[in-house]
Amino acid sequence: MTKRLLPFLLWLLMFVPAAAATAATAAAAEPPDRLIERLSNEILERIRTDAALKAGDRKKLDELVDNTVMPHVDFRRMTALSVGRNWRTATPEQQQQLMDEFRALLIRTYAGALSSVADQKVRMRPLRANPQDTDVIVRSEVVQPRGEPIQLDYRMARRTDGWKIYDVNVLGVWLVETYRTQFAQEVSTGGIEGLIRSLSEKNRQPAANGKT
Amino acid sequence: MKPAPRASRPNPRRSLRAWLAAGAWLGAAWLLGGCATPGSPAAARDPFEPMNRVVFQFNDTIDKAVLEPVATGYQDYVPENLRIAIGSVFGNLADLWTAVNQLLQGKPLEALSDLSRFVLNSTLGVAGLADIATPMGLEKHHEDFGQTLGRWGVPSGPYLVLPLLGPSSLRDAPALIPDYRGDLVTAIDSKGERNNAYLLRVIDTRARLLRAERLVEGAALDRYSFIRDGYLQRRRNLVYDGNPPEEPPPAYDPEDDPEAPGASGDAPASAPASAPRTDENR
Repeated sequence: MTKRLLPFLLWLLMFVPAAAATAATAAAAEPPDRLIERLSNEILERIRTDAALKAGDRKKLDELVDNTVMPHVDFRRMTALSVGRNWRTATPEQQQQLMDEFRALLIRTYAGALSSVADQKVRMRPLRANPQDTDVIVRSEVVQPRGEPIQLDYRMARRTDGWKIYDVNVLGVWLVETYRTQFAQEVSTGGIEGLIRSLSEKNRQPAANGKT
Repeated sequence: MKPAPRASRPNPRRSLRAWLAAGAWLGAAWLLGGCATPGSPAAARDPFEPMNRVVFQFNDTIDKAVLEPVATGYQDYVPENLRIAIGSVFGNLADLWTAVNQLLQGKPLEALSDLSRFVLNSTLGVAGLADIATPMGLEKHHEDFGQTLGRWGVPSGPYLVLPLLGPSSLRDAPALIPDYRGDLVTAIDSKGERNNAYLLRVIDTRARLLRAERLVEGAALDRYSFIRDGYLQRRRNLVYDGNPPEEPPPAYDPEDDPEAPGASGDAPASAPASAPRTDENR
Protein backbone atom coordinates (compact mmCIF):
# COMPACT_ATOMS: atom_id res chain seq x y z
CA MET A 1 0.00 0.00 0.00
CA THR A 2 2.69 2.49 1.04
CA LYS A 3 4.70 1.47 -1.98
CA ARG A 4 1.83 2.46 -4.16
CA LEU A 5 1.30 5.67 -2.30
CA LEU A 6 4.88 6.86 -2.39
CA PRO A 7 5.05 7.87 -6.07
CA PHE A 8 1.77 9.62 -5.66
CA LEU A 9 3.05 11.57 -2.66
CA LEU A 10 6.22 12.50 -4.49
CA TRP A 11 4.19 13.64 -7.44
CA LEU A 12 2.04 15.69 -5.13
CA LEU A 13 5.04 17.27 -3.47
CA MET A 14 6.46 18.26 -6.82
CA PHE A 15 3.30 19.76 -8.17
CA VAL A 16 1.65 21.41 -5.22
CA PRO A 17 4.05 24.37 -5.12
CA ALA A 18 3.71 24.83 -8.86
CA ALA A 19 -0.06 24.70 -8.65
CA ALA A 20 -0.09 27.08 -5.72
CA ALA A 21 2.11 29.53 -7.58
CA THR A 22 -0.15 29.41 -10.60
CA ALA A 23 -3.20 29.99 -8.45
CA ALA A 24 -1.52 32.96 -6.80
CA THR A 25 -0.67 34.66 -10.09
CA ALA A 26 -4.14 33.91 -11.42
CA ALA A 27 -5.62 35.67 -8.44
CA ALA A 28 -3.30 38.64 -8.96
CA ALA A 29 -4.44 39.18 -12.53
CA GLU A 30 -7.48 37.91 -14.36
CA PRO A 31 -6.29 35.53 -17.12
CA PRO A 32 -6.27 37.27 -20.52
CA ASP A 33 -8.91 35.05 -22.09
CA ARG A 34 -11.27 35.41 -19.12
CA LEU A 35 -10.82 39.16 -19.31
CA ILE A 36 -11.71 39.25 -23.00
CA GLU A 37 -14.73 37.02 -22.49
CA ARG A 38 -16.04 39.18 -19.65
CA LEU A 39 -15.38 42.44 -21.53
CA SER A 40 -16.96 41.21 -24.78
CA ASN A 41 -20.12 40.04 -23.06
CA GLU A 42 -20.34 43.23 -21.04
CA ILE A 43 -20.00 45.41 -24.14
CA LEU A 44 -22.45 43.38 -26.24
CA GLU A 45 -24.96 43.54 -23.40
CA ARG A 46 -24.53 47.30 -23.04
CA ILE A 47 -25.08 47.88 -26.77
CA ARG A 48 -28.08 45.57 -26.89
CA THR A 49 -29.83 47.28 -24.00
CA ASP A 50 -29.01 50.89 -24.87
CA ALA A 51 -30.80 52.12 -27.98
CA ALA A 52 -28.91 55.43 -28.13
CA LEU A 53 -25.57 53.63 -27.95
CA LYS A 54 -26.67 51.19 -30.62
CA ALA A 55 -27.53 54.08 -32.91
CA GLY A 56 -23.92 55.25 -32.55
CA ASP A 57 -24.46 58.12 -30.04
CA ARG A 58 -21.01 59.65 -29.68
CA LYS A 59 -21.29 60.74 -26.06
CA LYS A 60 -22.44 57.32 -24.89
CA LEU A 61 -19.84 55.58 -27.00
CA ASP A 62 -17.05 57.79 -25.65
CA GLU A 63 -18.20 56.99 -22.15
CA LEU A 64 -18.26 53.24 -22.87
CA VAL A 65 -14.83 53.33 -24.48
CA ASP A 66 -13.23 55.41 -21.71
CA ASN A 67 -14.73 53.54 -18.78
CA THR A 68 -14.95 49.97 -20.02
CA VAL A 69 -12.51 49.44 -22.87
CA MET A 70 -9.58 51.79 -22.38
CA PRO A 71 -8.58 50.58 -18.90
CA HIS A 72 -7.62 47.31 -20.61
CA VAL A 73 -5.89 48.78 -23.64
CA ASP A 74 -2.28 49.90 -23.91
CA PHE A 75 -3.24 52.54 -26.41
CA ARG A 76 0.11 54.25 -26.29
CA ARG A 77 1.82 51.07 -27.46
CA MET A 78 -0.86 50.45 -30.06
CA THR A 79 -0.33 53.90 -31.56
CA ALA A 80 3.45 53.65 -31.31
CA LEU A 81 3.43 50.30 -33.11
CA SER A 82 1.22 51.67 -35.85
CA VAL A 83 3.48 54.68 -36.36
CA GLY A 84 6.53 52.38 -36.22
CA ARG A 85 10.06 53.68 -35.97
CA ASN A 86 8.97 57.24 -36.68
CA TRP A 87 7.34 57.30 -33.24
CA ARG A 88 10.73 58.05 -31.66
CA THR A 89 11.17 61.16 -33.77
CA ALA A 90 7.83 62.60 -32.60
CA THR A 91 7.80 65.07 -29.73
CA PRO A 92 5.74 64.19 -26.64
CA GLU A 93 3.08 66.69 -27.79
CA GLN A 94 2.96 65.09 -31.25
CA GLN A 95 2.71 61.65 -29.67
CA GLN A 96 -0.26 62.81 -27.63
CA GLN A 97 -1.89 64.33 -30.72
CA LEU A 98 -1.33 61.09 -32.64
CA MET A 99 -2.96 59.08 -29.87
CA ASP A 100 -5.95 61.43 -29.68
CA GLU A 101 -6.53 61.48 -33.44
CA PHE A 102 -6.03 57.73 -33.82
CA ARG A 103 -8.50 57.09 -31.01
CA ALA A 104 -11.05 59.40 -32.62
CA LEU A 105 -10.59 57.65 -35.97
CA LEU A 106 -11.17 54.21 -34.49
CA ILE A 107 -14.22 55.31 -32.50
CA ARG A 108 -15.71 56.93 -35.61
CA THR A 109 -15.09 53.74 -37.55
CA TYR A 110 -16.74 51.45 -35.05
CA ALA A 111 -19.62 53.76 -34.17
CA GLY A 112 -21.38 52.92 -37.44
CA ALA A 113 -20.99 49.18 -36.90
CA LEU A 114 -22.79 49.10 -33.55
CA SER A 115 -26.24 49.20 -35.14
CA SER A 116 -25.71 45.67 -36.44
CA VAL A 117 -25.34 44.26 -32.94
CA ALA A 118 -28.29 41.98 -32.22
CA ASP A 119 -28.22 38.40 -31.04
CA GLN A 120 -24.52 37.72 -31.53
CA LYS A 121 -22.62 35.71 -28.96
CA VAL A 122 -18.93 35.64 -28.16
CA ARG A 123 -17.23 32.28 -28.15
CA MET A 124 -13.68 31.91 -26.90
CA ARG A 125 -11.23 29.78 -28.85
CA PRO A 126 -8.63 27.75 -26.91
CA LEU A 127 -5.77 29.85 -25.56
CA ARG A 128 -2.44 28.47 -26.67
CA ALA A 129 -0.14 29.91 -24.04
CA ASN A 130 1.94 28.92 -21.04
CA PRO A 131 1.10 30.30 -17.61
CA GLN A 132 4.41 32.19 -17.47
CA ASP A 133 3.91 33.91 -20.84
CA THR A 134 3.81 37.69 -20.73
CA ASP A 135 2.63 38.18 -24.30
CA VAL A 136 -0.23 36.13 -25.72
CA ILE A 137 -2.80 36.02 -28.49
CA VAL A 138 -6.35 35.61 -27.22
CA ARG A 139 -8.70 34.18 -29.84
CA SER A 140 -12.42 34.56 -29.95
CA GLU A 141 -15.21 34.63 -32.47
CA VAL A 142 -18.55 36.30 -32.68
CA VAL A 143 -21.18 33.73 -33.53
CA GLN A 144 -24.07 35.07 -35.58
CA PRO A 145 -27.47 33.56 -36.29
CA ARG A 146 -26.56 33.48 -39.99
CA GLY A 147 -23.31 33.16 -41.85
CA GLU A 148 -19.80 32.38 -40.76
CA PRO A 149 -18.54 33.39 -37.31
CA ILE A 150 -16.50 36.60 -37.19
CA GLN A 151 -12.96 36.02 -36.00
CA LEU A 152 -11.78 38.47 -33.32
CA ASP A 153 -8.30 38.07 -31.85
CA TYR A 154 -6.27 40.20 -29.46
CA ARG A 155 -2.57 40.58 -28.79
CA MET A 156 -2.16 41.14 -25.07
CA ALA A 157 0.80 41.89 -22.87
CA ARG A 158 1.04 41.39 -19.16
CA ARG A 159 1.68 44.56 -17.18
CA THR A 160 1.86 45.16 -13.46
CA ASP A 161 -1.80 46.21 -13.38
CA GLY A 162 -3.14 43.30 -15.42
CA TRP A 163 -3.31 42.24 -19.08
CA LYS A 164 -3.46 44.99 -21.70
CA ILE A 165 -4.63 44.74 -25.30
CA TYR A 166 -2.23 46.28 -27.82
CA ASP A 167 -3.53 44.91 -31.15
CA VAL A 168 -6.83 43.63 -32.51
CA ASN A 169 -7.50 41.24 -35.36
CA VAL A 170 -10.83 41.35 -37.18
CA LEU A 171 -11.45 38.53 -39.69
CA GLY A 172 -7.74 37.82 -39.91
CA VAL A 173 -6.64 41.41 -40.39
CA TRP A 174 -4.46 42.96 -37.69
CA LEU A 175 -5.19 46.59 -36.92
CA VAL A 176 -1.59 47.63 -36.26
CA GLU A 177 -0.23 45.92 -39.36
CA THR A 178 -2.84 47.60 -41.52
CA TYR A 179 -2.37 51.08 -40.06
CA ARG A 180 1.39 50.77 -40.24
CA THR A 181 1.27 51.08 -44.04
CA GLN A 182 -1.37 53.80 -43.88
CA PHE A 183 0.71 55.88 -41.46
CA ALA A 184 4.04 55.23 -43.16
CA GLN A 185 2.63 56.56 -46.45
CA GLU A 186 1.57 59.81 -44.77
CA VAL A 187 4.84 60.21 -42.86
CA SER A 188 6.90 59.65 -45.99
CA THR A 189 5.15 62.54 -47.76
CA GLY A 190 4.49 65.00 -44.94
CA GLY A 191 6.44 63.84 -41.90
CA ILE A 192 4.84 63.35 -38.47
CA GLU A 193 3.09 66.72 -38.83
CA GLY A 194 1.62 65.57 -42.15
CA LEU A 195 0.29 62.39 -40.54
CA ILE A 196 -1.36 64.35 -37.72
CA ARG A 197 -2.89 66.71 -40.27
CA SER A 198 -4.29 63.87 -42.42
CA LEU A 199 -5.76 62.18 -39.37
CA SER A 200 -7.46 65.29 -38.08
CA GLU A 201 -8.81 66.13 -41.55
CA LYS A 202 -10.17 62.61 -41.81
CA ASN A 203 -11.80 62.98 -38.40
CA ARG A 204 -13.43 66.27 -39.34
CA GLN A 205 -15.12 64.79 -42.41
CA PRO A 206 -18.77 63.92 -41.89
CA ALA A 207 -18.87 60.56 -40.18
CA ALA A 208 -19.87 57.49 -42.13
CA ASN A 209 -23.40 56.85 -40.98
CA GLY A 210 -24.55 53.57 -39.61
CA LYS A 211 -27.74 53.18 -41.58
CA THR A 212 -28.09 49.99 -43.54
CA MET B 1 -29.80 21.07 -60.57
CA LYS B 2 -27.67 18.51 -62.39
CA PRO B 3 -24.41 19.71 -63.89
CA ALA B 4 -24.97 19.99 -67.61
CA PRO B 5 -22.81 17.87 -69.84
CA ARG B 6 -20.29 20.12 -71.56
CA ALA B 7 -21.08 20.76 -75.21
CA SER B 8 -17.71 19.53 -76.42
CA ARG B 9 -15.03 17.60 -74.62
CA PRO B 10 -11.87 19.70 -74.42
CA ASN B 11 -9.42 18.36 -76.96
CA PRO B 12 -6.30 16.83 -75.39
CA ARG B 13 -3.80 19.18 -77.09
CA ARG B 14 -5.74 22.15 -75.81
CA SER B 15 -5.97 20.87 -72.28
CA LEU B 16 -2.24 20.06 -72.27
CA ARG B 17 -1.53 23.63 -73.26
CA ALA B 18 -3.85 24.82 -70.50
CA TRP B 19 -1.97 22.72 -67.97
CA LEU B 20 1.37 24.07 -69.16
CA ALA B 21 0.09 27.61 -68.88
CA ALA B 22 -1.22 26.90 -65.40
CA GLY B 23 2.12 25.39 -64.45
CA ALA B 24 4.02 28.40 -65.74
CA TRP B 25 1.69 30.72 -63.89
CA LEU B 26 2.09 28.86 -60.61
CA GLY B 27 5.85 28.79 -61.16
CA ALA B 28 5.78 32.56 -61.45
CA ALA B 29 3.71 32.76 -58.28
CA TRP B 30 6.33 30.63 -56.52
CA LEU B 31 9.20 32.79 -57.71
CA LEU B 32 7.59 36.12 -57.04
CA GLY B 33 5.76 34.94 -53.97
CA GLY B 34 8.69 34.27 -51.70
CA CYS B 35 8.90 37.89 -50.71
CA ALA B 36 5.22 38.71 -50.87
CA THR B 37 4.06 37.90 -47.35
CA PRO B 38 1.68 40.35 -45.68
CA GLY B 39 4.34 41.66 -43.29
CA SER B 40 6.90 42.59 -45.94
CA PRO B 41 7.29 46.13 -47.25
CA ALA B 42 4.56 47.33 -49.57
CA ALA B 43 6.91 47.39 -52.57
CA ALA B 44 7.60 43.66 -52.28
CA ARG B 45 3.95 42.73 -51.87
CA ASP B 46 2.77 44.98 -54.64
CA PRO B 47 5.34 45.38 -57.42
CA PHE B 48 2.54 46.21 -59.88
CA GLU B 49 1.18 49.03 -57.73
CA PRO B 50 1.03 51.70 -60.48
CA MET B 51 -0.96 49.39 -62.76
CA ASN B 52 -3.09 48.12 -59.89
CA ARG B 53 -4.01 51.64 -58.87
CA VAL B 54 -5.21 52.41 -62.38
CA VAL B 55 -7.41 49.29 -62.41
CA PHE B 56 -8.61 50.07 -58.88
CA GLN B 57 -9.65 53.53 -60.02
CA PHE B 58 -11.41 52.06 -63.06
CA ASN B 59 -13.31 49.53 -60.94
CA ASP B 60 -14.24 52.22 -58.47
CA THR B 61 -15.65 54.46 -61.18
CA ILE B 62 -17.83 51.67 -62.57
CA ASP B 63 -18.89 50.63 -59.09
CA LYS B 64 -19.93 54.14 -58.11
CA ALA B 65 -21.77 54.65 -61.40
CA VAL B 66 -23.61 51.34 -61.68
CA LEU B 67 -23.13 48.62 -59.12
CA GLU B 68 -23.35 50.56 -55.88
CA PRO B 69 -26.59 52.40 -56.79
CA VAL B 70 -28.16 49.12 -57.91
CA ALA B 71 -27.04 47.33 -54.73
CA THR B 72 -28.34 50.19 -52.59
CA GLY B 73 -31.69 50.06 -54.37
CA TYR B 74 -31.81 46.29 -53.92
CA GLN B 75 -31.20 46.74 -50.22
CA ASP B 76 -33.75 49.54 -49.86
CA TYR B 77 -36.59 48.04 -51.87
CA VAL B 78 -36.30 44.25 -51.57
CA PRO B 79 -37.71 43.02 -48.22
CA GLU B 80 -35.08 41.75 -45.83
CA ASN B 81 -36.50 38.24 -45.60
CA LEU B 82 -36.38 37.83 -49.35
CA ARG B 83 -32.81 39.10 -49.45
CA ILE B 84 -31.83 36.63 -46.73
CA ALA B 85 -33.45 33.77 -48.68
CA ILE B 86 -31.67 34.80 -51.89
CA GLY B 87 -28.35 34.99 -50.07
CA SER B 88 -29.01 31.55 -48.56
CA VAL B 89 -29.68 29.97 -51.94
CA PHE B 90 -26.38 31.23 -53.36
CA GLY B 91 -24.60 30.35 -50.13
CA ASN B 92 -25.99 26.84 -50.37
CA LEU B 93 -24.82 26.43 -53.97
CA ALA B 94 -21.34 27.54 -52.85
CA ASP B 95 -21.23 24.97 -50.05
CA LEU B 96 -20.74 22.09 -52.50
CA TRP B 97 -17.62 23.64 -54.04
CA THR B 98 -16.43 24.43 -50.51
CA ALA B 99 -16.80 20.73 -49.65
CA VAL B 100 -14.76 19.75 -52.74
CA ASN B 101 -12.00 22.16 -51.73
CA GLN B 102 -12.04 20.90 -48.14
CA LEU B 103 -11.38 17.44 -49.54
CA LEU B 104 -8.60 18.73 -51.81
CA GLN B 105 -7.05 20.39 -48.76
CA GLY B 106 -7.02 17.08 -46.91
CA LYS B 107 -9.81 17.91 -44.49
CA PRO B 108 -12.30 15.02 -44.91
CA LEU B 109 -14.27 15.87 -41.75
CA GLU B 110 -14.88 19.45 -42.84
CA ALA B 111 -15.70 18.18 -46.33
CA LEU B 112 -18.29 15.86 -44.85
CA SER B 113 -19.73 18.67 -42.73
CA ASP B 114 -20.08 21.01 -45.71
CA LEU B 115 -21.50 18.25 -47.88
CA SER B 116 -24.07 17.54 -45.15
CA ARG B 117 -24.92 21.22 -45.10
CA PHE B 118 -25.53 21.14 -48.83
CA VAL B 119 -27.69 18.02 -48.66
CA LEU B 120 -29.74 19.19 -45.65
CA ASN B 121 -30.27 22.72 -46.90
CA SER B 122 -31.08 21.58 -50.44
CA THR B 123 -33.77 19.19 -49.22
CA LEU B 124 -35.22 20.15 -45.84
CA GLY B 125 -34.16 23.73 -46.40
CA VAL B 126 -36.01 23.80 -49.73
CA ALA B 127 -33.27 24.43 -52.29
CA GLY B 128 -31.32 26.42 -49.75
CA LEU B 129 -34.01 29.03 -49.10
CA ALA B 130 -33.49 28.42 -45.40
CA ASP B 131 -30.17 27.63 -43.78
CA ILE B 132 -31.29 24.94 -41.34
CA ALA B 133 -27.84 23.35 -41.05
CA THR B 134 -26.24 26.22 -39.10
CA PRO B 135 -28.64 25.95 -36.14
CA MET B 136 -27.99 22.19 -36.23
CA GLY B 137 -24.36 22.87 -35.46
CA LEU B 138 -22.94 22.54 -38.98
CA GLU B 139 -21.17 25.87 -39.32
CA LYS B 140 -20.80 27.55 -42.67
CA HIS B 141 -17.34 27.67 -44.20
CA HIS B 142 -15.97 29.22 -47.32
CA GLU B 143 -13.18 27.54 -49.26
CA ASP B 144 -12.13 28.32 -52.80
CA PHE B 145 -9.41 27.02 -55.08
CA GLY B 146 -7.05 29.88 -54.23
CA GLN B 147 -7.15 28.74 -50.61
CA THR B 148 -6.55 25.16 -51.74
CA LEU B 149 -3.45 26.25 -53.67
CA GLY B 150 -2.32 28.15 -50.58
CA ARG B 151 -2.80 25.03 -48.50
CA TRP B 152 -0.66 23.14 -51.01
CA GLY B 153 2.13 25.63 -50.37
CA VAL B 154 1.71 28.04 -53.27
CA PRO B 155 2.54 31.50 -51.92
CA SER B 156 0.16 34.35 -52.57
CA GLY B 157 2.52 36.12 -54.94
CA PRO B 158 2.15 39.81 -55.79
CA TYR B 159 -1.12 41.60 -55.27
CA LEU B 160 -3.27 42.06 -58.36
CA VAL B 161 -6.35 44.16 -58.94
CA LEU B 162 -8.43 42.51 -61.66
CA PRO B 163 -10.71 44.57 -63.88
CA LEU B 164 -14.29 44.31 -62.54
CA LEU B 165 -13.39 41.40 -60.22
CA GLY B 166 -11.29 43.44 -57.79
CA PRO B 167 -8.57 42.41 -55.33
CA SER B 168 -6.67 39.22 -56.14
CA SER B 169 -3.15 37.89 -56.33
CA LEU B 170 -0.94 36.00 -58.73
CA ARG B 171 -2.07 32.79 -57.01
CA ASP B 172 -5.75 33.63 -56.54
CA ALA B 173 -6.39 35.04 -60.02
CA PRO B 174 -5.86 31.83 -62.05
CA ALA B 175 -7.65 29.90 -59.28
CA LEU B 176 -10.80 31.72 -60.35
CA ILE B 177 -10.96 29.43 -63.40
CA PRO B 178 -11.46 26.19 -61.40
CA ASP B 179 -13.78 28.19 -59.12
CA TYR B 180 -15.81 29.14 -62.18
CA ARG B 181 -15.90 25.51 -63.37
CA GLY B 182 -16.95 24.28 -59.94
CA ASP B 183 -19.64 26.93 -59.60
CA LEU B 184 -23.09 25.34 -59.68
CA VAL B 185 -24.60 28.46 -61.26
CA THR B 186 -22.36 27.79 -64.28
CA ALA B 187 -24.19 24.47 -64.66
CA ILE B 188 -27.61 26.06 -65.20
CA ASP B 189 -28.71 24.94 -68.67
CA SER B 190 -30.61 27.93 -69.93
CA LYS B 191 -28.30 30.78 -70.83
CA GLY B 192 -30.88 33.40 -69.89
CA GLU B 193 -31.55 31.91 -66.47
CA ARG B 194 -27.85 31.47 -65.88
CA ASN B 195 -27.11 35.11 -66.64
CA ASN B 196 -29.98 36.24 -64.44
CA ALA B 197 -28.59 34.11 -61.62
CA TYR B 198 -25.11 35.61 -62.10
CA LEU B 199 -26.52 39.11 -62.08
CA LEU B 200 -28.61 38.53 -58.98
CA ARG B 201 -25.64 37.03 -57.20
CA VAL B 202 -23.41 39.99 -58.03
CA ILE B 203 -26.04 42.40 -56.69
CA ASP B 204 -26.59 40.30 -53.57
CA THR B 205 -22.84 40.15 -52.89
CA ARG B 206 -22.38 43.85 -53.49
CA ALA B 207 -25.32 44.71 -51.23
CA ARG B 208 -23.74 42.71 -48.45
CA LEU B 209 -20.52 44.67 -48.85
CA LEU B 210 -22.21 48.06 -48.44
CA ARG B 211 -21.66 48.16 -44.71
CA ALA B 212 -18.07 46.94 -44.88
CA GLU B 213 -17.38 49.50 -47.55
CA ARG B 214 -18.61 52.33 -45.35
CA LEU B 215 -16.32 51.02 -42.62
CA VAL B 216 -13.31 51.12 -44.95
CA GLU B 217 -14.35 54.54 -46.17
CA GLY B 218 -14.24 55.83 -42.60
CA ALA B 219 -11.15 53.94 -41.45
CA ALA B 220 -8.70 54.30 -44.33
CA LEU B 221 -6.36 57.18 -45.05
CA ASP B 222 -5.66 55.58 -48.44
CA ARG B 223 -8.38 53.18 -49.53
CA TYR B 224 -6.18 51.44 -52.11
CA SER B 225 -3.48 50.31 -49.69
CA PHE B 226 -5.99 49.69 -46.90
CA ILE B 227 -7.94 47.25 -49.07
CA ARG B 228 -4.75 45.69 -50.40
CA ASP B 229 -3.29 45.02 -46.95
CA GLY B 230 -6.63 43.81 -45.69
CA TYR B 231 -7.02 41.45 -48.64
CA LEU B 232 -3.55 39.91 -48.34
CA GLN B 233 -3.82 39.41 -44.57
CA ARG B 234 -7.31 38.04 -44.83
CA ARG B 235 -6.42 35.55 -47.58
CA ARG B 236 -3.45 34.30 -45.60
CA ASN B 237 -5.69 33.88 -42.58
CA LEU B 238 -8.23 31.97 -44.68
CA VAL B 239 -5.59 29.62 -46.09
CA TYR B 240 -4.76 28.62 -42.52
CA ASP B 241 -8.42 28.58 -41.41
CA GLY B 242 -7.90 31.33 -38.88
CA ASN B 243 -4.71 29.91 -37.36
CA PRO B 244 -1.80 31.23 -39.41
CA PRO B 245 1.63 30.04 -38.21
CA GLU B 246 4.53 32.13 -36.84
CA GLU B 247 1.99 34.46 -35.33
CA PRO B 248 2.72 34.14 -31.62
CA PRO B 249 4.36 37.33 -30.43
CA PRO B 250 6.62 39.01 -31.15
CA ALA B 251 5.20 39.55 -34.61
CA TYR B 252 6.53 43.09 -34.62
CA ASP B 253 10.13 44.12 -34.98
CA PRO B 254 11.35 45.39 -31.57
CA GLU B 255 12.72 48.43 -33.43
CA ASP B 256 9.12 49.28 -34.30
CA ASP B 257 7.88 48.74 -30.79
CA PRO B 258 9.24 51.69 -28.81
CA GLU B 259 6.48 51.48 -26.22
CA ALA B 260 6.88 47.77 -25.50
CA PRO B 261 7.17 46.91 -21.81
CA GLY B 262 10.89 46.86 -21.18
CA ALA B 263 11.68 49.24 -24.02
CA SER B 264 10.90 52.17 -21.77
CA GLY B 265 12.20 50.45 -18.65
CA ASP B 266 8.88 49.52 -17.06
CA ALA B 267 9.14 45.73 -17.29
CA PRO B 268 6.31 43.99 -15.51
CA ALA B 269 7.36 43.05 -12.01
CA SER B 270 5.64 39.70 -12.32
CA ALA B 271 7.78 38.47 -15.20
CA PRO B 272 10.10 35.73 -13.97
CA ALA B 273 13.72 36.80 -14.25
CA SER B 274 14.65 33.57 -16.01
CA ALA B 275 12.04 33.88 -18.75
CA PRO B 276 13.35 35.66 -21.84
CA ARG B 277 11.52 38.88 -22.58
CA THR B 278 9.18 38.25 -25.45
CA ASP B 279 10.06 41.48 -27.17
CA GLU B 280 13.72 40.64 -27.48
CA ASN B 281 13.48 38.50 -30.58
CA ARG B 282 13.31 35.11 -29.03
